[in-house]
Amino acid sequence: MQKFTKLSSIATPFPRVNVDTDIIIPAKHLKSIKRTGFGEHAFETVRFDSEGAPIEGNVFDCERYKDANILITGDNFGCGSSREHAPWAISELGFRCIVAPSFADIFSGNCVKNGILTVELPQGDVDALVLAAEAGHEIHIDLEEQTVLCQNAKYDFEYNAAHKEMLMAGLDEVGQTLRASKAIGSYEQKQKAATPWLFTAD
Amino acid sequence: MSKAMLQSMPQTMYDKIWANHTVEERAGGTALLYIDKHLVHEVTSPQAFDGMRAAGRSIHRPDSIIAVPDHNVPTKDRHLPNPDPMSTAQLTALEANVKEFGLNYIPMDDKRQGIVHVVGPEQGFTQPGVTLVCGDSHTSTHGAFGALAFGIGTSEVEHVMATQTLQLKKARNMRVTVTGSLPLGCSAKDVALAIIAEIGTAGGTGYVIEYAGPVIEDLSMEGRMTLCNMSIEAGARAGLVAPDGKTFAYLKGRPYAPGDDQWDAAVAYWQELPSDHDAKFDKEVTIDGNAIVPLVTWGTSPEDVAPVTGCVPFVAEFEAEAKQEAVIKSLEYMGLSEGQLIKDIAVDRVFIGSCTNSRIEDMREAAAVIKGRHVADRIIEAMIVPGSGLVKLQAEEEGLDKIFTDAGFQWRDPGCSMCLAMNPDKAGAGEHVASTSNRNFVGRQGPGARTHLVSPAMAAAAAIAGHFVDVRDFIRGSS
Ligand code: SF4
Repeated sequence: MQKFTKLSSIATPFPRVNVDTDIIIPAKHLKSIKRTGFGEHAFETVRFDSEGAPIEGNVFDCERYKDANILITGDNFGCGSSREHAPWAISELGFRCIVAPSFADIFSGNCVKNGILTVELPQGDVDALVLAAEAGHEIHIDLEEQTVLCQNAKYDFEYNAAHKEMLMAGLDEVGQTLRASKAIGSYEQKQKAATPWLFTAD
Repeated sequence: MSKAMLQSMPQTMYDKIWANHTVEERAGGTALLYIDKHLVHEVTSPQAFDGMRAAGRSIHRPDSIIAVPDHNVPTKDRHLPNPDPMSTAQLTALEANVKEFGLNYIPMDDKRQGIVHVVGPEQGFTQPGVTLVCGDSHTSTHGAFGALAFGIGTSEVEHVMATQTLQLKKARNMRVTVTGSLPLGCSAKDVALAIIAEIGTAGGTGYVIEYAGPVIEDLSMEGRMTLCNMSIEAGARAGLVAPDGKTFAYLKGRPYAPGDDQWDAAVAYWQELPSDHDAKFDKEVTIDGNAIVPLVTWGTSPEDVAPVTGCVPFVAEFEAEAKQEAVIKSLEYMGLSEGQLIKDIAVDRVFIGSCTNSRIEDMREAAAVIKGRHVADRIIEAMIVPGSGLVKLQAEEEGLDKIFTDAGFQWRDPGCSMCLAMNPDKAGAGEHVASTSNRNFVGRQGPGARTHLVSPAMAAAAAIAGHFVDVRDFIRGSS
């Protein structure tokens, strides 16, 4: 997983509240056998009309925000189901950081697993960032310092220490467990002696 | 607490297996637990393999895995193209993944192919004292051997593949003791349903259930699997039965079981596993086995159980308001009325199969009832789906298939089949199904389908009568 330390980028403003996982990635697209390919269906109802034609000027496809790696959005983002497809889809749109007044619990957990930072800031600060994003200003995220810088303003944010460690080290849960490889290895040595029939292949 | 003290403290079987597999203790009662065995099927694995590939990781111990397709496979006309492109994609993906990662694989056309929870034990892969996982909640089945076995999600599947461990919180200990002996016409399925009726579908939440007592000791390995299978319906992630002579006899000589050179050492290890006689359980439940009767579910929760001689309950019998509402909804979905006799429920379709009841003993139990009789005219379809190709062969060797087909049953190829509406085997809206599976949830066997969970003998009897009947009358009648 890519490490997350600092990120500087323009941002996509999407100040909608209660964006649920069905908006992020509709259930009908979950029948895939891959964890890629969800980006093209991400925010489908925002990007395409019922006929499937692209909606002019939507923030996800317009030229202006094409290079944005940050999404500035509304309260309770990511509510709904526990599907991990939501962060997969968001990731494919190029976002590595989402800023909102609050996030659904499971969703922010799933984001960490996929290298996405979720930043919670008070509504007023988010409103200011939406304006800055619309004006095309760069936003600077520093996870180490837990700050967001934009023009002359600086915003501090709280973040879970364990999650911070995972993101900064670029470790997903598997990566974190693999840090205990030595312990796993010595356990296996011990078990090979105690229950050799469980280790017949080597 | 010192290590010496811990060791002198009486332990349950669950405590012992947990301790034996703890790689590292973590804060808050969690531990990094070593996983010995991993069963893989086509539905919950593709994204795990994809994640492994994306991160450039390899499988820690390919020898710890057996992969076999089961959920999506058609149970007839397998030589024809699979009608569902999604199923085909998952089946093809599994085949490609096992090749790429070098795993033990039992393909669809292999005679050992079948439902993961039938195949694992049959291959001797499931063994006492191991930790065993699979991306399927009915992994609890394998607890019948005294294995700590439980279902996991897709990201956990990947975690186990890459690290051979899981970070888990220890559950509490519960013991369900079934006393006496099982009456005529009753089998393990009735025991499972009786337990769920007693403790409820949340009764085992947060616990690992150990099943004990003379009725459990008397059960065959197949019966113990049926019982442990439905631990999850009782809310518990895992169930356990102490390994004994029957367990060892079942395992001896199976392909993945310890070989002759290691057999004695393995048995000695297994004999240490049962709970210490003075071990403390956080919760104890006792069920009178002598009082168990053939049971039928009438609602959309596995705890909605009635004796076949009884009737659909009255809403007022339930105290909790939430349950009352659930019952009203269930009855509406099931098309049943309060006080209706269970025996008056007409049956449209019959399914004998699933990881709960598709082993050779289940086939024999059904055949004993069916022999010389015929499926009732009103039955749209009665199918018997063996749990694996080996069960199928064994049944055919015993001539059971002939009994089934002569009676008008369909004799299918192994797979999950009508247990869940994920393959071509489905029930129609409004149809009442006498089913030996484990879940009677809304839409489980097809949109609008009405599932009644029963034992194989009861399902067979219902097929012949066209409505639920007390199989004990059948047995008495034929002897
Ligand atoms: S038979 Fe049913 S419960 Fe068992 S593994 Fe298959 S789908 Fe799951």
